Amino acid sequence: MTGLAGVGALVRLALRRDRVLLPTWIAVLALVAISSAAATGDLYPTAASVVRAVGAVNDTPAMVALYGRVPDVGSLGALAMLKPLATGALAVAVLAIVLVVRHTRAEEEAGRLELVQAGAVGRFAPLTAALVVVVGANAVLGAVTAVGLGAVGLPVAGSVAVALAWFAVALVFAAVAGVTAQLVTGARAATGLAVALLGAAFGVRAVGDTAAPWLSWASPLAWAQQVRPYAGDRWWVGGLAVLTAAVVSTAAYALVAHRDLGGGLLPDRAGPARAGRDLRSTTGLAWRLHRGPLLAWAAGFAAYGLVVGGVAADVGGMLTSDQARQLFAELGGQGELTDTVLAAMLGILGVVASVYGVQATLRASAEENTGRAALLLSAPVGRVRWAAGHLAAACAGVVVVLVSAGLAAGAVHAVRTGDAGQVGRVVLGAVVQAPAGWVLAGIVLAVYGAAPRLAAAGWGAVVVFVLLGELGPLLGLPGWLSDLSPYAHVPRLPGGEFSAWPVAALAAVAAVAAFGGLLALRGRDLG
Amino acid sequence: MAITASGLCKAFGRTRALDGLDLSVRTGEVHGLLGPNGAGKSTALRVLLGLVRADSGAVDVLGADPWRDATALHRRLAYVPGEVTLWPSLTGGEVIDLLGGLRGGVAHDRVAAMVERFELDPTKRCRAYSSGNRRKVALVAALASDAELLVLDEPTAGLDPLMQAVFEQCVREARAAGRTVLLASHVLAEVERLCDRVSIVRSGRVVDSGSLTELRHLTTTSVRARLAAPADGLAALPGVHDLSTDGDQVRFRVDADALGRVLPALGERGVRDLVCQPPTLEELFLSHYGSRS
Repeated sequence: MTGLAGVGALVRLALRRDRVLLPTWIAVLALVAISSAAATGDLYPTAASVVRAVGAVNDTPAMVALYGRVPDVGSLGALAMLKPLATGALAVAVLAIVLVVRHTRAEEEAGRLELVQAGAVGRFAPLTAALVVVVGANAVLGAVTAVGLGAVGLPVAGSVAVALAWFAVALVFAAVAGVTAQLVTGARAATGLAVALLGAAFGVRAVGDTAAPWLSWASPLAWAQQVRPYAGDRWWVGGLAVLTAAVVSTAAYALVAHRDLGGGLLPDRAGPARAGRDLRSTTGLAWRLHRGPLLAWAAGFAAYGLVVGGVAADVGGMLTSDQARQLFAELGGQGELTDTVLAAMLGILGVVASVYGVQATLRASAEENTGRAALLLSAPVGRVRWAAGHLAAACAGVVVVLVSAGLAAGAVHAVRTGDAGQVGRVVLGAVVQAPAGWVLAGIVLAVYGAAPRLAAAGWGAVVVFVLLGELGPLLGLPGWLSDLSPYAHVPRLPGGEFSAWPVAALAAVAAVAAFGGLLALRGRDLG
Repeated sequence: MAITASGLCKAFGRTRALDGLDLSVRTGEVHGLLGPNGAGKSTALRVLLGLVRADSGAVDVLGADPWRDATALHRRLAYVPGEVTLWPSLTGGEVIDLLGGLRGGVAHDRVAAMVERFELDPTKRCRAYSSGNRRKVALVAALASDAELLVLDEPTAGLDPLMQAVFEQCVREARAAGRTVLLASHVLAEVERLCDRVSIVRSGRVVDSGSLTELRHLTTTSVRARLAAPADGLAALPGVHDLSTDGDQVRFRVDADALGRVLPALGERGVRDLVCQPPTLEELFLSHYGSRS
């Protein structure tokens, strides 16, 4: 078929461009899964201890919302893989989205695809090549993980099922990104749209697993758990994923067949011939560049907030044992059960909000790389003011998305409990997450100022900090190491004790990092 | 002097982009910075704008140090980069107003007039513009401003011939209004038509600088003549190069300062027909780059 001519060359090109990204991603994911499996085995040496631990997990709504349920009370493998399976599914979905958009719409937007497609390259080749890379990368990841899990003593069939579970999720979201990359003309918007759908899938699974199990089937992200590795190994769920991916990617191919190079589904409308009053300054420009993504993020956060507020009051009734209640009291300190759940949910939002902070700060780097910064800075605009503007937009945006989630969650929770005071408590619990996001934004600006080519390492910082929190206790890492993560210092509100010190300290760290970045930016050449 | 630079050096890793570049641009002139790709033209402009700091050397633009006083200096100049990238979601009109607004505002009728002369549709989103149209956006923003110095990097790349003519007219008007223009280009004909003075850049340094007349003085004139008598002995005259004969036709190049001594020698041999041609910019250029090929 001539529409596929050149796929091989494009796959090789993609592998060449991703020669660092792919091996790193695969190694990190596989290592996280294998090390958790090894550590869990040591923690729960007897069958009875496994049953107790599974019961505690399944009775902890915050855990269930985050990671899903352990489907078999007696399965060590299922217990060990609970967290890696869920976080890994998210990670492979993000990787699939990033890869597909990076090799399709991003290339098209940059104009490189025009050059490529003028060669003996078929119309469907770029999308196909991107999908091939995703499939290949996940096959390698699956093989490495399955072998590793088997090596640390878990059953072989279940280990293969883990690989299948991740593969299924990656396949579906690669197809989803294939569609969003055809719908809109900007790579940033295509990624954003696909990630928003991923977020929705996460929300649906969280609600489904805590309150309405049938609902979880609507979320492709939940299919990873539905494969039930080490607890029945339901292989046919993989078939469901393949079928879904086939249908969705058929839609993507149909869109490719019906649109022009560079075009989207929606044609560009003419815009204003003159700039409004608001667009005559760098602040105005920063607002214009950040407002679209910010509004989308705020809407997503608000939607998640509605879900959280809706389920928070129910979770108390789902506890089945006194043991769990006791455990909860220990975990959440003096707070009520509901508060613990709210605090855990807001903690997740804090991490996601810092992702917003990172990508918004990276905007400065993108402006420089495309050459737009040089045009802007040839006007009487100081580069420190310019970069500080993007940082300010990022930091303010972190607060905005958190407040919108807090307000939504607080309002619904207040209605359900009949206590208007809940609004303020929940909003506060959301807002205190902001300084951790600022720290990430500050780190990104510091790296960007000093070594602009490494600016994207800010994403690495997010991953490392999250992993420190996830794996620190499991692997018995020293406290000072886990404490490097800003997320470790956020007060757990509502319910916990509020202390201004850690919040102020985080803000100070963010300020110092940002200041260093601006200083470095002032002293270096602009690309 | 609008711009003086001396001994500018700039290395990126092992590449020496600027290697002792000297440049002087007089106030009110159109100055051409001429050189092939990779000669260091764009780097030189970026140093003049204070976007990049020179490793060594001195530079003065409109009486200011571009690295230290970048913001204040930028109020008085306008720049069109070699590769124009704009914000995909903004319209061309919005970008022009944004850049103007940052300089403290531009009279809208001037913008409107420029938009019309360049036949630009300001309501289009920048992602929909061709590279030529993106360049027009940057050109309109620069030319409509009241900046005293225009720094233009390959300003006509991607423009069609009609638009190139409009651009040249605009540059002449800018000069008539007393503005200084520094124009980096490798389009020789354009530089020849527009520029009062030219600096030829090679491997990060200026190898020749001056008005076209001055540059020609330093080089050779090509001469073609038909002679009644044989051309014997002409080739031995000082300053004559590359002499060739074809029947009664003789062609050679002669150093500018030797022309006065060569003409009598031609007269002695009975000139029937004589064409003397000053070197084109292209020949000047090739004479500086000849060793490269």
